[in-house]
Amino acid sequence: MFAYYFQLGLRSLRRNPLLTALMIMAIGFGVAASMITYSVFRATSNNPIPQKSGQLYAVQIANWKPEDMDHGEPPPALTYTDAVAFMQAHKAKRQTALYPIAPSVIPADASRLPIQENSYAWYSDAFAMFDVPFIYGGPWTQAQDDARAAVVVIGKKLNDKLFNGQDSVGKTINLDGRDYRITGVTGEWNPQPLFFDPVNTGGFGDPIGLFIPFTRAIDLKIGTAGNNNCDDTPGTGWDNWLHSECVWIEYWAELPTTADADAYRRWLTGYAAEQQRAGRFKWAPNVRVRDVTDWLDFNKVVPPESKISLLVSLGFLLICLVNTVGLLLAKFLRRSPEIGVRRALGASRREVYMQFLVEAGTVGLTGGVLGLLLTGLGMLCVGWVFDEQIARLATLDGKLVLLTLIVAVLATLLAAFYPTWRAAQVQPAWQLKSN
Amino acid sequence: MMLQIKPILAALKRHKAGTVLIALQIALTLAIVCNALFIIRQRTEHLSRPTGMTEANLLTLANRWVGADDKATPSLGRTDLEALRRMPGVVDATMANSYPLRGGGWSTSVNNTPETKKEMAHTTLYFSDDHALSTMGLKLVGGRNFRPDEIDWVDPKEFTSTPVVMVSKALADKLYPDGSALGKPLYHSGNTTPSTIIGIVERLQVPWTGTWAGNFSENAILIPRLLTGSFGSYLVRTQPGQLDRMVHAVPALLFKTNRMRVIPEERGVRTFAQVREQAYKSDRGMAILMGVVCAVLLAITAAGIVGLTSFWVGQRRKQIGVRRALGATRHDILSYFLTENLLIGTGGVVVGAALAIGMNLWLVSHFEMERLSLLYVAAGVVVLLLLGQGAVLAPAMKASRVPPVEATRSV
Repeated sequence: MFAYYFQLGLRSLRRNPLLTALMIMAIGFGVAASMITYSVFRATSNNPIPQKSGQLYAVQIANWKPEDMDHGEPPPALTYTDAVAFMQAHKAKRQTALYPIAPSVIPADASRLPIQENSYAWYSDAFAMFDVPFIYGGPWTQAQDDARAAVVVIGKKLNDKLFNGQDSVGKTINLDGRDYRITGVTGEWNPQPLFFDPVNTGGFGDPIGLFIPFTRAIDLKIGTAGNNNCDDTPGTGWDNWLHSECVWIEYWAELPTTADADAYRRWLTGYAAEQQRAGRFKWAPNVRVRDVTDWLDFNKVVPPESKISLLVSLGFLLICLVNTVGLLLAKFLRRSPEIGVRRALGASRREVYMQFLVEAGTVGLTGGVLGLLLTGLGMLCVGWVFDEQIARLATLDGKLVLLTLIVAVLATLLAAFYPTWRAAQVQPAWQLKSN
Repeated sequence: MMLQIKPILAALKRHKAGTVLIALQIALTLAIVCNALFIIRQRTEHLSRPTGMTEANLLTLANRWVGADDKATPSLGRTDLEALRRMPGVVDATMANSYPLRGGGWSTSVNNTPETKKEMAHTTLYFSDDHALSTMGLKLVGGRNFRPDEIDWVDPKEFTSTPVVMVSKALADKLYPDGSALGKPLYHSGNTTPSTIIGIVERLQVPWTGTWAGNFSENAILIPRLLTGSFGSYLVRTQPGQLDRMVHAVPALLFKTNRMRVIPEERGVRTFAQVREQAYKSDRGMAILMGVVCAVLLAITAAGIVGLTSFWVGQRRKQIGVRRALGATRHDILSYFLTENLLIGTGGVVVGAALAIGMNLWLVSHFEMERLSLLYVAAGVVVLLLLGQGAVLAPAMKASRVPPVEATRSV
């Protein structure tokens, strides 16, 4: 029966090619627009570390006058003073302070030009916290953190460039004129968004290819390559800046259970209260402990363009559906006499339903295929609207292909319900009489 | 025509579904088109804004020293600048912490009195030298350029203020609305030592294009200091026709001068045309996207109206024939369908206008958007009503050609 209805549907669709083309195009365009913008939204709102996103917490504390803060939210980074105090308190299972640096690697071969890598200064705990995979060796030790050792972990890309992909653990590389011993080489590690530091990266960018101990970077007076925000002039020179209320360090704590997180929050509030008693803060404690998804939301990692274009596209799809309802209604009711004849010959309402739903499904599927083609085309143009770093994350994968077809067919069937119901209500006697 | 409204309403009652569908489609289209057009205007408003520089034949280059002590960077920078200025095909070259449309830069507050309580204006600081005017191609409209002896190098962490500065005209007028800024003092970043305004340039845009910099987009102060440290940008003005060659020749020359540097592969060397394109990329893209959505949306809505009205015409051939037989003219039939569409369209745009405003209010509360100007809603209403009338014209013409003899058939 299904095959027969399918044939009937095809024949009917061929009868008014213009109307059919119109419906298919409406669905195709609507679905394609929604899918393209959805693919960008999916990429930007991705959870970059799903297995641990509920255990990693970004820490914030209000060290600025309430009037300098945005809607009462503490600044999105810490001062050196607070970051070091939190590290020393060691209240979490694992913890790290981190900030972006911009060292250059000077190749031993004097004929080669210096190489710049996206780099971070952080603590050894960070590798385990963020599930950074290693090909060779591993992180440096906590003892090396404390000793402010000249050690480094490099990424696969840099290892390929400098050591042709060989195990380079124990070898040294030269950063800005100083030697560092390699303790490990990381494998593919490129969480997008870059959740651990959306403040300085905007959330998207190239993978991080080099890490050195935070303590070492501070010893060498390496300033941040990211943002530095002050609510007051820090005074001149490195030491004044280091001990100022300027914020430039991100801080993460690994807290396995919600009880741990609550305990940490209590401890942090206590710390702020202590600072208030000591006279550093002239306001009540105001702290935040945010998990990965919260933190990405707070930093508005999903660009507004992505949300607005997704909303507009969904509105577009809705209009296309309303359009389809109207056209299907016209198409089905024009065939009232035919329906009358079928009903008079014994077809039940159910069968009429089936016949028209199959016909609508055919339209939906064709619209879906067109939508798929348009989505593929549109993917090539994502780079016109979004940054390259975001555009290259938006891909047409198997999941999206399936989703496109399902959305197209479901949407069309949804649109077909009312017209089909009306078609099934056709009174056979009335139709036969008037013909 | 007014007399027809009653029978039209009576007929529409018998086609509730179709009527509601067309009205709904018009309403939703109006809501989206109004907001999309408004987004387009917001996004394209700034696209053509001049930076104040002569943008042709200008090359930008991001430079980072490797392994150099901050204190050594002035002599390295000087060597580079000398080499660049001597280079054949180069008109002039300078170094700066930032430049218009670059994205990152230095912003601070500025006042015309040492009193720090209230901020008169926000501004950007450009740190450069006496070659900035000729390299960037800025137009001096009052006063003089920096003298070479006024230029020095400073550590950004040690910088407070300088005795002399140049400002953009927009900032000069903001600080001294009577136009007397030349020779007057200004106080930036909460400093209590004055900086005398010795020159005014016609226009100089800030490095940012975002809405947050919207209220100080042309407030700029030129500081006669070059910043020490590893990061800096070179600006190079080339002779006409030399720009394409310079894109490769300039970095080659710099590496020959000193190879202990990094010029980023991506966005390291850019002509100013590229800087402009990249700065406004998402604005332009968003405008194109919204434009395409509007066009397709209007086409689909029009097609939908054509489709449904054609169906109605087909359904009512007999009734039309009866009316014609009873003396109605072709014109009467035509105006019947036009009026019918106008009634439905009016219902649609009333709902649509409310939807458009509601959607905009929601966008305002969730994104950095301005309030929708009612002018856009009014324009949208007119466009959609005309679109409806245009779309219904073909089926209505077809209806008006139904012969009176149709009344006698198959009844």
